[in-house]
Amino acid sequence: MKASIRLALALAAACAAAAAQADITIGVSIPLTGPTSALGIPSKNGIALWPTSIAGEKLNVIILDDATDPTVAVKNTRRFITEDKVDLIVGSAATPLAAAMSDVAAEGQTVQLMLSPVNLPPGKGAWSFRMPQSTAVMAIPIVEQWKKLGVKTYGFLGYSDAYGEAWLSDIQPLAEKAGIKLIATERFARPDTSVTGQALKLVAANPDAILIVASGSGAAMPHKGLVERGYPKGKLYQTHGAATMDLIRVGGADVEGSFVSSGPAVVAEKLPAGNASKALGMKYKEEFEKAYGKGSANQFGAHAFDVVIVLNKAVPMALAKAKPGTPQFRAALKEAFETMGRTPVSQGVLNWTATDHFGYTPETGVLLKVVNGDWQVVP
Amino acid sequence: MDASIAGILMLDGVTNGAVYGLLALALVLVFAVTRVIFIPQGEFVAYGALSLAMLQFGKVPGTLWLMAVLALVAALLDAVDALRRGLPATTLARNAARTLIAPAIVVALTVWAAPQKFPLLVQSALAVAIVTLLGPLVYRLAYQRLADATVLVLLIVSVGVHFALTGLGLVFFGAEGFRNPSFWDQRFTLGPLALTGQTVIIFAVSIALILGLFLFFERTLRGKALRATAVNRLGARLMGISTIGAGKLSFGLAAFMGALSGLLIGPTTTVFYDSGFLIGLKGFVAAIFGGLASYPAAALGALMVGVLESFSSFYASAFKEVIVFTLIIPVLLWRSFQHGHDDEEE
Repeated sequence: MKASIRLALALAAACAAAAAQADITIGVSIPLTGPTSALGIPSKNGIALWPTSIAGEKLNVIILDDATDPTVAVKNTRRFITEDKVDLIVGSAATPLAAAMSDVAAEGQTVQLMLSPVNLPPGKGAWSFRMPQSTAVMAIPIVEQWKKLGVKTYGFLGYSDAYGEAWLSDIQPLAEKAGIKLIATERFARPDTSVTGQALKLVAANPDAILIVASGSGAAMPHKGLVERGYPKGKLYQTHGAATMDLIRVGGADVEGSFVSSGPAVVAEKLPAGNASKALGMKYKEEFEKAYGKGSANQFGAHAFDVVIVLNKAVPMALAKAKPGTPQFRAALKEAFETMGRTPVSQGVLNWTATDHFGYTPETGVLLKVVNGDWQVVP
Repeated sequence: MDASIAGILMLDGVTNGAVYGLLALALVLVFAVTRVIFIPQGEFVAYGALSLAMLQFGKVPGTLWLMAVLALVAALLDAVDALRRGLPATTLARNAARTLIAPAIVVALTVWAAPQKFPLLVQSALAVAIVTLLGPLVYRLAYQRLADATVLVLLIVSVGVHFALTGLGLVFFGAEGFRNPSFWDQRFTLGPLALTGQTVIIFAVSIALILGLFLFFERTLRGKALRATAVNRLGARLMGISTIGAGKLSFGLAAFMGALSGLLIGPTTTVFYDSGFLIGLKGFVAAIFGGLASYPAAALGALMVGVLESFSSFYASAFKEVIVFTLIIPVLLWRSFQHGHDDEEE
């Protein structure tokens, strides 16, 4: 299947490349198969809704499947740079893959818009910008809520992978500053069939709150496991990776009253009127749900939607300096991203600078509570 | 750690171990009869659980169409074979009917029953029927022609079948996971232990199935034929036992046990299209205990894997998988000291 998709896309790309040279070409490499396809498929659905032109220039989009394999992701990136001569690379939606791609993008001096919140060591990723919020930004609403409720201690139950580690390392300094101590750290993996051992230990430590770090429907199992061991639902906190309806669908009554940190897009209509992302988020939801059915909107589609917003702002700035398809245009695009300033998108307010390629401002995150099988914004 | 925590962990481990046990038995059965190391066993678990989830939504699961297509292909291949060997048309028709009749019935039943949202037990029976029929078809299409190949070739085919089935699972069920409703919501308290109805069902079904298998192998002609094939393929064939039939039967049994395991764990965890692999691998570790030959040793190994997993998730959750899979090394060492190298293949 993969081979045939690739062949079809390659043919389409070849035709498109022959048709017009000066168009803006975007190479997208995302996981459509493999363990992280749950992130890649909704991203692709969002990309399918992209306009056909940006700032008057025709848009060519080449989508390749990276199969959740870093080797394939790197190969795709090299192809984008050497064969397709793209102006911009988008992807991957999986963290380890996006990190692997960033070196190639920098080497090829092509801007990469990552669809996952990758933490890169200093000096790396000069050409890589993130569309999703950093875990550090998303941890803010949770810690704020803890401060408000007088939480003194918390426990951690997270994926034993990069996502879990990023949360653990990002929330600790924030919580420490607020005088909240981490007293129990437990880990699990998505395919695990039970978290009884971890839950027993966490409940025995009896922290004032427990943070569960997992994604999608995989976040429900540990949640149910903790509730089963008698931990109160109202003290459980989930991350933005779990802020989809799948958590409520699988978790049912056990997630009722629990808290989830989320980007603003998925709950756009429930945001207060003054929120900068409200209108954009509602526009995203309307477009996405018109195409894919009610309740289908999610944060991954929103990141794809936001790519268009930042391009609409940055491409005219870059066009003023150079023509698409040239190294000068790619450099101008990077400069435009770094200098365009505060940009409200459906997932928050971006402010990329030469030193900060995450760029989300602290007011971005929203804390949600599950009430009657739906989200409610915690003021 | 006190006694109550140890008890809870023990119970959790034994419950998971019971499911691993079923898979380990299926792996031993398939290996003994066909010499196939059946990596895709776990896929049947996911297929069973997720087919039921689809039926719960009133949808026809994609596995049904997979089964129907495989049955058609198998019938076609049989027909080509028969024509080449110049068999009469009546034999041809009889063969085709034999391959197609059960799938046709299940397809008709499922398409009719899916939108009606019958009770959970009826839907479970349908899900098990669909997945069970997949077993012999997978054998027919992937392994039958290679029945005399080396274990290594069969293993490589297994890897291929595993990837194919996982990929199809993603197409059929999507990337998100599902959790099935519990078969029995009753809760019991036994001192500090809280037993759910589902746990009781897992134990009851596992024990019943193990007893059933025992009786099948000891008391029925077909069961004895399977054992004979396992002991000596050529000898069995000389005695008039169809090794192809034995292969299909063992795959059917393996698929049945896989689907049943899927139904058992479906209500206790979230099952993804690719969840089966890891569960199947743990069944494999258990089967190694019995050297892929002994049923009681495999069952015992499964309980050990379950309990070890549960205790290591308490003591060192970050290293749980590492601990469980490292177990295979001392077991292999022990087995090779115990038996030397006499069980070398061919």
